[in-house]
Amino acid sequence: MKDILAELQDRRENARLGGGQKRIDAQHGRGKLTARERIDLLLDEGSFEEYDTFVAHRCTDFGMEKNRPYGDGVVTGWGTINGRMVYVFSQDFTVLGGSVSATHAAKICKIMDMAMQNGAPVIGINDSGGARIQEGVDSLAGYGEVFQRNIMASGVVPQISLIMGPCAGGAVYSPAMTDFIFMVKDSSYMFVTGPDVVKTVTNEQVTAEELGGASTHTKKSSVADGAFENDVEAIAEVRRLVDFLPSSNREKPPVRPFFDDVDRIETSLDTLVPENPNTPYDMKELINKIADEGDFYEIQEDFAKNIITGFIRLEGQTVGVVANQPLVLAGVLDIDSARKAARFVRFCDAFEIPILSLVDVPGFLPGTGQEYRGVIKHGAKLLFAYGEATVPKVTLITRKSYGGAYVVMASKHLRADVNYAWPTSEIAVMGAKGATEIIHRADLGDPEKIAAHTAEYEDRFANPFVAAERGFIDEVIQPRSTRKRVARAFAMLRGKKQSMPWKKHDNIPL
Amino acid sequence: MAPSRSFFMCSSGTVRRLPKFHKKGTAMFDKILIANRGEIACRVIKTARKMGIKTVAIYSDADKNALHVEMADEAVHIGPPPANQSYIVIDKVMDAIKKSGAQAVHPGYGFLSENAKFAEALEAAGVAFIGPPKGAIEAMGDKITSKKIAQEADVSTVPGYMGLIEDADEAVKISNEIGYPVMIKASAGGGGKGMRIAWNDEECREGFQSSKNEAANSFGDDRIFIEKFVTQPRHIEIQVLCDAHGNGIYLNERECSIQRRNQKVVEEAPSPFLDEATRKAMGEQSVALAKAVGYTSAGTVEFIVDGDKNFYFLEMNTRLQVEHPVTELITGVDLVEQMIRVANGEPLNITQDDVQINGWAIENRLYAEDPYRNFLPSIGRLTRYRPPAEGELGDGIVRNDTGVYEGGEISMYYDPMIAKLCTWAPTREGAIEVMRNALDSFEVEGIGHNLPFVAAVMDHPKFISGDMTTAFIAEEYPDGFEGVSLAQDELRRVAAAAAAMNRVAEIRRARISGRLDNHERRVGEDWVVTLKGGVPGEDVPWPVKIEADQEGSNVKFEDGKTLRVEGNWTPGDSLAHMMVDGAPLVLKVDKATQGFRLRTRGADLRAHIRTPRQAELAALMPEKLPPDTSKMLLCPMPGLIVKVDVAEGDEVQEGQALCTVEAMKMENILRAERKGVVSKINAAAGDSLAVDDVIMEFE
Repeated sequence: MKDILAELQDRRENARLGGGQKRIDAQHGRGKLTARERIDLLLDEGSFEEYDTFVAHRCTDFGMEKNRPYGDGVVTGWGTINGRMVYVFSQDFTVLGGSVSATHAAKICKIMDMAMQNGAPVIGINDSGGARIQEGVDSLAGYGEVFQRNIMASGVVPQISLIMGPCAGGAVYSPAMTDFIFMVKDSSYMFVTGPDVVKTVTNEQVTAEELGGASTHTKKSSVADGAFENDVEAIAEVRRLVDFLPSSNREKPPVRPFFDDVDRIETSLDTLVPENPNTPYDMKELINKIADEGDFYEIQEDFAKNIITGFIRLEGQTVGVVANQPLVLAGVLDIDSARKAARFVRFCDAFEIPILSLVDVPGFLPGTGQEYRGVIKHGAKLLFAYGEATVPKVTLITRKSYGGAYVVMASKHLRADVNYAWPTSEIAVMGAKGATEIIHRADLGDPEKIAAHTAEYEDRFANPFVAAERGFIDEVIQPRSTRKRVARAFAMLRGKKQSMPWKKHDNIPL
Repeated sequence: MAPSRSFFMCSSGTVRRLPKFHKKGTAMFDKILIANRGEIACRVIKTARKMGIKTVAIYSDADKNALHVEMADEAVHIGPPPANQSYIVIDKVMDAIKKSGAQAVHPGYGFLSENAKFAEALEAAGVAFIGPPKGAIEAMGDKITSKKIAQEADVSTVPGYMGLIEDADEAVKISNEIGYPVMIKASAGGGGKGMRIAWNDEECREGFQSSKNEAANSFGDDRIFIEKFVTQPRHIEIQVLCDAHGNGIYLNERECSIQRRNQKVVEEAPSPFLDEATRKAMGEQSVALAKAVGYTSAGTVEFIVDGDKNFYFLEMNTRLQVEHPVTELITGVDLVEQMIRVANGEPLNITQDDVQINGWAIENRLYAEDPYRNFLPSIGRLTRYRPPAEGELGDGIVRNDTGVYEGGEISMYYDPMIAKLCTWAPTREGAIEVMRNALDSFEVEGIGHNLPFVAAVMDHPKFISGDMTTAFIAEEYPDGFEGVSLAQDELRRVAAAAAAMNRVAEIRRARISGRLDNHERRVGEDWVVTLKGGVPGEDVPWPVKIEADQEGSNVKFEDGKTLRVEGNWTPGDSLAHMMVDGAPLVLKVDKATQGFRLRTRGADLRAHIRTPRQAELAALMPEKLPPDTSKMLLCPMPGLIVKVDVAEGDEVQEGQALCTVEAMKMENILRAERKGVVSKINAAAGDSLAVDDVIMEFE
């Protein structure tokens, strides 16, 4: 018996060494941690339950039968993050370059199936050279199986991808279909075709970092939701994110004990909106001052900065925030910002996370650059997302809310539950100057008359009261008491039930 | 004995009353106008309110929501933001006086406070000026005249020869009369050019010749004069107070040697340098000078004092000084009240004998200047402004004179002062210690400010010893301010506090809902703390074991030392008042991945608190050096690119305009620091950039 136990121990130790000390050292030399070290950091100490430790591939071509390492290049199992269950797979670059074989893929599929059945998030740590070429179509089939599960799991359990090394070719499409992608600066990249192919086909000279590094994907392509300095920081921040998310669509988001006064008054918010309507201000200050303990987890911080998306807690409960950012492009809606916010709203709706919208929007960005690229359909994504969302929706207009953008930004007309406005808000079809020039076209030659008409228009419409008279705004509130009012609105909405007519699924303008 | 507490509770508006006044002549003013803004306007309003006098504020467009406007009983708008279109336009201020019916005007400092024409206009309108007579302002307003008057009044002035000096022989003769060391200066000089210090005849001859040549070459004007060179100069000033009945007293001195480019930063009273005899001599000469010009009201006579306690008259400021609170704190006299009473024609009710020195007071001026960026003014919104509580702190007192509030704006149009933080204690050491603690709990966010710098000065051995000169900042911080590194013992205390605080945060994390029953996370006792403050070698890991009990925790270090940590910090608190090892420790706390950003005593630390396993793996992470920015043009402030003046491939000369950034309605032209070739331009007109965004790169 003793021998058998010892043998198990030996086998385990063998498996844990992955590709051996030399490859582990090489991995460290690249500034990267190993698959198991990453899991150590991700999960609560001692909570990891590994499965399929002894899985090995079954390929017999090209001499592969002589090299059948345990685990087959991916470590899988489950564990807890602050006591809450998560499933995890972590590709092991030290074992056959983390390449994906049929068995490697099967291991991933196994825990994904468990995750969907048992209702817990899947966190995938990607560090793989790509398909196991020796396996040919078996490897591709493996990818396909994983893709199908990504699709099935979407909206059922949160899926988070960490890109911590190469992720190229078809492999990118698994993370692409998960809810969040995070990258590590300087040591990870993602692209469909690498720099060599790019050079051959298009003659473009580009480095892997420029083509698909963390900076590219967080700032230009918006493929990634965030980038971090190193493996340790990235994993710590994923733990932080998981604390905001429900385990599945069958459960409410988690509640964390909080140390902040729900009724906290912030007098400084009374002066947040500058006197001059064209002077920008930082909407993040408002978000931080509403949130419990000023704690805000931003998603896609570096992309389409004219809109802000992320998570806060109110009374310990997760709330998704969508906010126009007057600091950037006056907070205008455009293709990028609409896409960014729409995806975020749909994530929140899928996982029962209430949505707070903070509105200061002058309209949609005009120009051929936008129209040629289809701002009509992209803008409609946000409109659609807000309109279909059945989670509690609270909206606060701080300043401008003009035209179509007013309707889009979680207006009463899109089934928002509570719509507040600060006294500084202007809810109108457009700014006073533009409106006057249309209504009083005849007086365009007379600057004095135009000025008078403009003043008249401002008087009549540059305020929240016209909308409030119609009930489109439920209440005009003091900026200083925003936290309290918003928190109470969400408290009131805790029992909200709303449904959509039966349909197979909708047809959002993709 | 500590001064009456209420005097310093400025926010409550109660100030210690002086003995009942024997009124002579007219009744007290009903209403006064304060021809100023910011903290000094607020300061004057507090005393006026205490005296039952109504107050009128004036304000420009930029100050519509300012604190002084809110505090005053009435406010009159006087024009656009620039002071030369509002606060210093005499006609506009006179209109405001007329409109409000104020009977007297307090000018504060700066603006119209030393403007004889303003005093004249008030006189013509029959409105009292809470300040000296116009003749005194005029006499002291001119450097040469004031020096002459001082000499006639037997006030010690810097010996020197103002006439033309023909040759080296004459220079030596004059220098011997003055006494070495002497400064040989070009009349037209400036910026150190044409300036020589001579300690003997030989150096004098050489210096004279070279100064003359340099002056001729640089300025085309070779006139030279010689004056006494003051060694180890300190800036010490005397507060005087005179009435219109021939009474004059001095209220001791203030030491203002800690200056940056002639801007005072730290002041204290009394001076750690003066002895009673020198104080008396300086005081009496100051009063004599005031009397010589028929001075009334509060005024300040500034001296330069050398290492042998020789003092020389510099100038007289015919107004209330910024740093007057330190005098109030050690004498118990409300200077603003005295000024108002004097202006009302009342005689002084304090005699020289009544003036004592009670304890020690220090003032730190908090400026919206970023010490890490060569004190570049930093304007914008105060997203957070939480001064320490005024009143008693330990065995001392805290007083904070300010004109701003949380959510208010530091505007580009005026002095970037945020507040004057003053502390009092029976001893100098005590006052410094109270100041350190007050600074630690002073929260200012949203703009850059010099709080870390003044905190560093409070811990500087030279300042603590009291052995400083006006060259203190230039000598001790020759390369600017690069932050503070704490002593090892202090770092250990911070590490212990950080470990204990992190444990609180971790336990809260582990109490989230939705946990797997019976498989909850157990927060361990073993942690590794690293503190990084930009100083190499500072981020050595401290492995600790935390044993918590009901009241706090014992943090055991590897070398066997155990520090007791107590405090009721909870996650989200931006200030942690901890007791570590029996002594208080105040930390400013910001959230950060796996730990906190902690600020205390001017140090800015990034604390990581990790489990031993996390620490072991974190140690494998490559050290990423910050990118070399020496060949980049970084955006110095958040703003909008208005114009890019160069193209890629252009060769630029030092000082050439590269681009224009608009921030806070101001266009800032960014210029090339050295010659170079533009290799890449990352921004175009219309882009809005954040601080440190790369605008362009050079080869």
